[in-house]
Amino acid sequence: MNAVLTPSGVSAHKPASGGVWAAAWRRLKTDRVGMACMVVVGLFLVLVLLAATRLVASGWQKEVGVPNAPPTLLGPQPPEDTGTIVAPKGPNVDLSDIDPLAPRYAEWAQRAKAFKTDEIVKADTLPLGGDRLGRDVLAKVVKGAEVSIFVGLAAAVVATLIGTMLGAFSGFFGGKVGDLLEWVYNVFTAIPSILLVFAFAAIFPRGVGAVVAILALTGWTGIYRLIRAEFMKHRVREYVRSAEAIGASQWSRMFKHILPNVSHVALVQLSLHVVSFIKSEVILSYLGLGVSVDQVSWGTMLAEAQNEMILGYWWQLAAVTAFMVVFVTAFALFTDALRDALDPKLRGLE
Amino acid sequence: MAAYLIRRLWQMIPTLLGVVLLVFFLFKYFGSDPALILGGLNASPETIESIREQLGLNKPVWEQLWIFVKQIVTFDWGKSWATNESVANLFATRLPATLTVTLPILILEVSLAIPFALAVATVRGSLTDRTVMVCTTVAVSISLLVYVILAQYIFAFRLGWFPVQGWTGNHWTNLTTYAPLPVLVAVAVSLAPQIRLYRSFFLDEIGHDYVRTARAKGMTEGTVLLKHVLRNAMIPILTNVSVLLPGVLVGSFLIEVFFSIPGLGRELLLAVNRGDYPVLQAFAIYLAALTMSFNLFVDVLYKLVDPRVVLK
Repeated sequence: MNAVLTPSGVSAHKPASGGVWAAAWRRLKTDRVGMACMVVVGLFLVLVLLAATRLVASGWQKEVGVPNAPPTLLGPQPPEDTGTIVAPKGPNVDLSDIDPLAPRYAEWAQRAKAFKTDEIVKADTLPLGGDRLGRDVLAKVVKGAEVSIFVGLAAAVVATLIGTMLGAFSGFFGGKVGDLLEWVYNVFTAIPSILLVFAFAAIFPRGVGAVVAILALTGWTGIYRLIRAEFMKHRVREYVRSAEAIGASQWSRMFKHILPNVSHVALVQLSLHVVSFIKSEVILSYLGLGVSVDQVSWGTMLAEAQNEMILGYWWQLAAVTAFMVVFVTAFALFTDALRDALDPKLRGLE
Repeated sequence: MAAYLIRRLWQMIPTLLGVVLLVFFLFKYFGSDPALILGGLNASPETIESIREQLGLNKPVWEQLWIFVKQIVTFDWGKSWATNESVANLFATRLPATLTVTLPILILEVSLAIPFALAVATVRGSLTDRTVMVCTTVAVSISLLVYVILAQYIFAFRLGWFPVQGWTGNHWTNLTTYAPLPVLVAVAVSLAPQIRLYRSFFLDEIGHDYVRTARAKGMTEGTVLLKHVLRNAMIPILTNVSVLLPGVLVGSFLIEVFFSIPGLGRELLLAVNRGDYPVLQAFAIYLAALTMSFNLFVDVLYKLVDPRVVLK
């Protein structure tokens, strides 16, 4: 009894047990694939941060190479016979006695000296090749990763917040509130998701924020359903009833007692949605419903790559695909590992 | 059964009402002014005013809602703002093209995924199983766009096995000439996640006691898997099919866009780009109604597959 009344005195002697998160971290550490994937995802996030702070790939719009410059490994393009007339060699014919502009040439040359012109040497090859305008594909794919991954993460966070809040209210209160929210859920799931996305895309302007809003507003339903079920289950558990008995408010019971116990569900859903939202962003941007035209994302790059393919310039497609496959695969495997670590009961079912 | 059906249909009404309200207020308060879209860039204020009058945009909101509901109930959506084609006609002429592509996709996908998944599930934990799992994980990570671009480039442009794209008025020519490439691409892409999912269904069933009992009785592995496990796994599989079923209407919009198939999905995308509200609204509401009907249909199917299911 004394121990209950003075918990601080007891815990000072015993090493505190780590709790659910420490246990999950211990399990996650034993999963080698999961840890490797976490490192890959971490590296990508660092890349995104560097791109966002303009430390890398800030000059993705600069035309640094010749149009459609091939990757360095392949070597420069063979010069094409463009059919133009060869320029005559030798000194120009002296026309100065009849040229009416001749007296002013010296003056113009003087004035031209006031301005500095940079001679830009366009590279024949670029690390991962160049696009139609000679922009560096490597810089573009890094910048595109920033936009695509940011959209995926932000939309997943917003969708999880919406789903968790509504699910918490619906599951905890039930009754009228629950019925109302269930009705909203039914309405949103009755409309085929792609139609809902299109309907939102029709009324929102183009841009990163709009894509995040579209994906989050159409993608929260699955999370809502799971969180609601968890809250309904936990609401009647003993620890919540005890909290109620000692006078914990509804708010405190919902968010201080129940939420930490179901947050692993939300976390797994969050990372599952990141992957699907990145894929959706790619498709939306490809269709021209995503990011605005002065931005680059994996989707807009794929749209360009489609036309380049026919001309035999495959490197942009390859670069985007490779980046996307590595990130999405790593993220998906990391999510699996995370789920196994947070919910050991599920291990091996998938 | 009849009582169940009536009750389910009755329950659809509030949901449908919600869909109507959502669509109405979404376009009413967040969409741009229809009169400005219709009038174009050079419309005079008088033109805009007269369009407003014509569409009833000057009336109170509840009256506009009433017009909207009347349109839904009488199936009279007027005409597309962009092409002046009646929306009903648009729906009727685009649906066959969509179904020509999506129905073969759905049938092939499910009928291929079941045997593959069952095969992978029986060798669970082996090298084959893990290889298939890794391959499907990677395959799922590649955007659908990449598959379509590559398939179109290799099989149609380079090898010339299929036409790159095209469509005719003849259903048979469409199905035999123009549909195969889109269908193959779509099936190849959706097969990987499908196999993963069905594998987990089968694994779930294989772990049950009745499987051990059947094996202990001396039944052959084939009988156990095909008669016992398959039958029981049909419930989650059917649920999954019911999730896919509404997709036959607009689910393959990307395929339609890529292969220039004049179907519902491509029409929808055109409507988004043109700001063609009547088409979008009509599609949203009728497709929602159709989706709900599909779900009811599948619930009734459960009963046929599994006599233990009680509809109530």
